[in-house]
Amino acid sequence: MKLGTDSGFQKFLETVAAWMLGVLWALPLLYAAWAAFHLSADSTRFDLTAPLTWKNFVYVWRAAPFPRYFLNTFLLVSLIIVVQFTLSTLAGYAFARFRFPCKNLMFVLVLLQLMIMPDVLIIENYRTLAAMGLIDTIVAIGMPYFGSAFGIFLMRQTFKSIPKELDDAARIEGAGTMLTLFKVYVPLAKPVYLAYGLVSVSYHWNNFLWPLIVTNSVSARPLTVGLQIFSSGDQGIEWSIITAATLLSAGPLLVAFLLFQRQFVQSFLRAGIR
Amino acid sequence: MKNAASDEIESPWVGWALFLPAAAFLAVFTYYPALATLYHSVFSTAKAARPARFVGLDNYTAMVQDPIFWQALKNNGWFAMGTIPASIALAIIMALLVNRALPGRALLRMSYFAPTILAMVAVANIWLFIYAPQIGLLNQVVSWFGGTPHNWLGQPDTALASVTAVAIWKEAGFFMIFYLAALQNMPANLAEAAAIEGASRWHYFWRVTFPLLMPTTLFVLVNAVVNAFRLVDHIIVMTKGGPDNASMLLLYYIYEVGFKYWDTSYAAAMSMVLLVILGAIAIGQFLILDRRTHYR
Repeated sequence: MKLGTDSGFQKFLETVAAWMLGVLWALPLLYAAWAAFHLSADSTRFDLTAPLTWKNFVYVWRAAPFPRYFLNTFLLVSLIIVVQFTLSTLAGYAFARFRFPCKNLMFVLVLLQLMIMPDVLIIENYRTLAAMGLIDTIVAIGMPYFGSAFGIFLMRQTFKSIPKELDDAARIEGAGTMLTLFKVYVPLAKPVYLAYGLVSVSYHWNNFLWPLIVTNSVSARPLTVGLQIFSSGDQGIEWSIITAATLLSAGPLLVAFLLFQRQFVQSFLRAGIR
Repeated sequence: MKNAASDEIESPWVGWALFLPAAAFLAVFTYYPALATLYHSVFSTAKAARPARFVGLDNYTAMVQDPIFWQALKNNGWFAMGTIPASIALAIIMALLVNRALPGRALLRMSYFAPTILAMVAVANIWLFIYAPQIGLLNQVVSWFGGTPHNWLGQPDTALASVTAVAIWKEAGFFMIFYLAALQNMPANLAEAAAIEGASRWHYFWRVTFPLLMPTTLFVLVNAVVNAFRLVDHIIVMTKGGPDNASMLLLYYIYEVGFKYWDTSYAAAMSMVLLVILGAIAIGQFLILDRRTHYR
């Protein structure tokens, strides 16, 4: 099998392999979708003539406070995005364009958070938030993630690539530090904000362990925690109901992904290759 | 940090003022808790009648004598060894398969990548259904082929392997996109040259493609190792560490000790082990990245 003389048969085999793997990879999701859109009696019987139904989704929506969970998750990711964008922009600008005492040491400390992340500091962060009296609030879920090493690093790299002459020109025209940042740097970094935003939203939409620990009522619980509480209920819920709840909670992100697949993949790439 | 000094504005106050808001949150929710973990790990857990007192290394002694801790550490090792090579190998295979024109390429990429978008909780719920003892898809398939159905998550011999498979399914597609990007940046004339030389595809992959993918593999590897220790959502949903601690992972055990038994000091001692592991990965990565920059 030589490279240049790639036989048609070889290509055919590779296509078959790609498709077999593709079907295998899609199978769990398709299986979940099958169960979610069928009555529970048909959920594990693969009869193509079995009637489709929305009933499971309607049931889930009414049986548990999913509307409230959606609202909480929406508020949570919005809060995190706004704060992360602000703090990372400011700090990124500092590391990209200013010289200040202990800068290099600070930068190493920032990078350390890429490894030692809040996800593994649950015991002490719980203690801190309890001392602040913030347990069971949406703010408490977001707070450990407000300062983001990833965001600071990403904005620093982006701002560094912007020509210093633009900065100088703005300053000659009398713009101060903040005005220069918001008139020169921020507009040029739009694609990076989009990438960072998509990555951060997916991360926090899906985050589970910390919200599970820090919330204990419907008023603060995000979707992931709500889903877990709903599906692990001891009343023995049917699989078609659980899969419907699962797809419902993943729905908005999944639909967004299907619509903006390219942007999602580009964002994860941009965020990852640093 | 090779930028010309002239690109930087000498302004200690402005620099610190810009960094300060982020620094404050990093300090309170990353550096302080890391140090506080160390501090609390040498004290006893405060109880209503008895405040915390200094106990030296008692929590660590208890840890070394705790068979569940060792089981969790061992399981975490197996989980990492099971997840990482498999998901990296699959990611490379996926990337190679969809890197050329073939029917339904966009659909295939979507299929490979979709699990990445889902929450681990959602993924775990779906797989719980797949592994379900009587009616689950896996047992249905096993039955079609004449095998006997098995309680995949309920038996100690298959529980860890079953949750490992879930992690592989979730991660391979994520790693694929990095390989795909690397493959697309690979100079085309290399393949042409190899073709003229008459190199076989197998040979070409191992001699040219794989070494050129090395930086990507390192990046993916670090991510994969961190994830293996950071993510326990699927354990909470699927097995709760059971049966008989067969799928107990370190962070899940910390969570259980800290928030179910409220023995926060012991949980802090075990958190130190997790922090040391992650710190070692961080140092390793810095050293490797350092070596890589010397190449350029």
